[in-house]
Amino acid sequence: MSYKFTEDHEWVLLEGDVATIGISDYAQGQLGDVVYVEVPTVGDEIAKGDELAVVESVKAASEVYSPVSGEIIDVNTELEGAPTMVNEDAMEGGWFAKIRVTNSADLDDLMDEATYKTFVEGLDE
Amino acid sequence: MSETSSTKKTVLYNLHVELGAKMVPFAGYDMPVQYPDGILNEHLHTRESAGLFDVSHMGQLVIAGDNPAAAIETLIPGDIQALGSGEMRYSFLTNEQGGILDDLIVTQRTEDLFVVVNAACKAQDIALLTDGLAGKAQVTELTNRALVALQGPKAAAVLARFAPEVATMSFMTYREVDIDGVPCFVTRSGYTGEDGFEISIPNNNAEALCRKLLGDSDVKPIGLGARDSLRLEAGLCLYGHDLTEKTTPISAGLIWAISKRRREEGGFPGADVIQAEISNKPAMKRVGILPEGRAPAREHTVITDEAGNAIGEITSGGFSPSLGIPIAMGYVPLDFSAIGTKINLLVRGKSRPAVVAKMPFVEQRYYRG
Repeated sequence: MSYKFTEDHEWVLLEGDVATIGISDYAQGQLGDVVYVEVPTVGDEIAKGDELAVVESVKAASEVYSPVSGEIIDVNTELEGAPTMVNEDAMEGGWFAKIRVTNSADLDDLMDEATYKTFVEGLDE
Repeated sequence: MSETSSTKKTVLYNLHVELGAKMVPFAGYDMPVQYPDGILNEHLHTRESAGLFDVSHMGQLVIAGDNPAAAIETLIPGDIQALGSGEMRYSFLTNEQGGILDDLIVTQRTEDLFVVVNAACKAQDIALLTDGLAGKAQVTELTNRALVALQGPKAAAVLARFAPEVATMSFMTYREVDIDGVPCFVTRSGYTGEDGFEISIPNNNAEALCRKLLGDSDVKPIGLGARDSLRLEAGLCLYGHDLTEKTTPISAGLIWAISKRRREEGGFPGADVIQAEISNKPAMKRVGILPEGRAPAREHTVITDEAGNAIGEITSGGFSPSLGIPIAMGYVPLDFSAIGTKINLLVRGKSRPAVVAKMPFVEQRYYRG
């Protein structure tokens, strides 16, 4: 069990067939102070690449795309009252949704933590 | 990461980078959108203490001639001839349809006018003023000066430590002041709703003077991100968004900036349209909007009536750091402009309730002596 990352800075943590999705610490730093998060509806089906959530900072709205296909089985309702959790605890408490994945091969082309770290370092140069 | 090849830099660029600013292209300049404290903290700091903004990208012009006040009145509806020396006024350049080409601040100095215009409109404004005033007045851009704003409840106390005479200046007045030995043009004005100053500084002295101001423990550097959220809370218009060449001063709720004499006499571009709107009321009106819930409604969000018919559009919208709720402004038909009117906003395809609200959202705190 380990974090996987997309080039759009989402993270995925797969436990059994349930993937938890959030955005990386790098992403929250780029967005700045999060003031609102729109999470999806439990029970909805989502396809890989579809809009999963919207994160709003003071300045702008940013879409979060689902790295996997499946059914939304849980969403982080705490973000409604405490959106800054995304800034303070991006990798754990700031998660957006849990998805029961239909095809775990969706994760195959994602980056592991070390590869993602190198990827992010390349962006800052 | 910055677009250094095509964008211009202000003389404070190196200072911004040293302070850790995130630089973004804005109106052709590489400008700080935020510093490491972030937009939320910068915003709140300005409301509680004092913030220093680089606005050197804006155009600083001098208009000189036999009677520059009478001359400029042929292009703007502001009552400039009523200004005494050292007094200033908010006005706008209009087109023949009564639309707004830019908003600006005009100061009557002893011999000439000092005018500050928006960065994005600078080239257009200079051309328009130069042509429009040909034979009557000369327009000169002061490219040798930087412009900074010091804003917030502690701004006056901070600046008075360097130049005591600024303490007694009233809102919307101008003085030439030596600040720490540097000859500056100081106006008691700003774009945050707070008390404060805009300070025009010779380029060569700008960085050193800003370092001195930032050396005061009450002062922090503030980026364009917080400048935008501060002005939105104060209900102030942003040109290109809340004001365009398609919006008239009357629909924008800026009738207060046109004096009785100018309303009666006209004599500026689009006067007939504006006079007719004063008599007959405009079709659309700019209003404050409070979305229910916590989702911000951004610019271009469609406004509908309660039945779902599109009636207008949000022109500025975001999150109010001071109030902790989303706020917006936009244009609606006159029938929907009363405070308390229920409307809906189409945010990402979902209809969300909102209400027409009083502006400013946060009380303005100007110093009127």
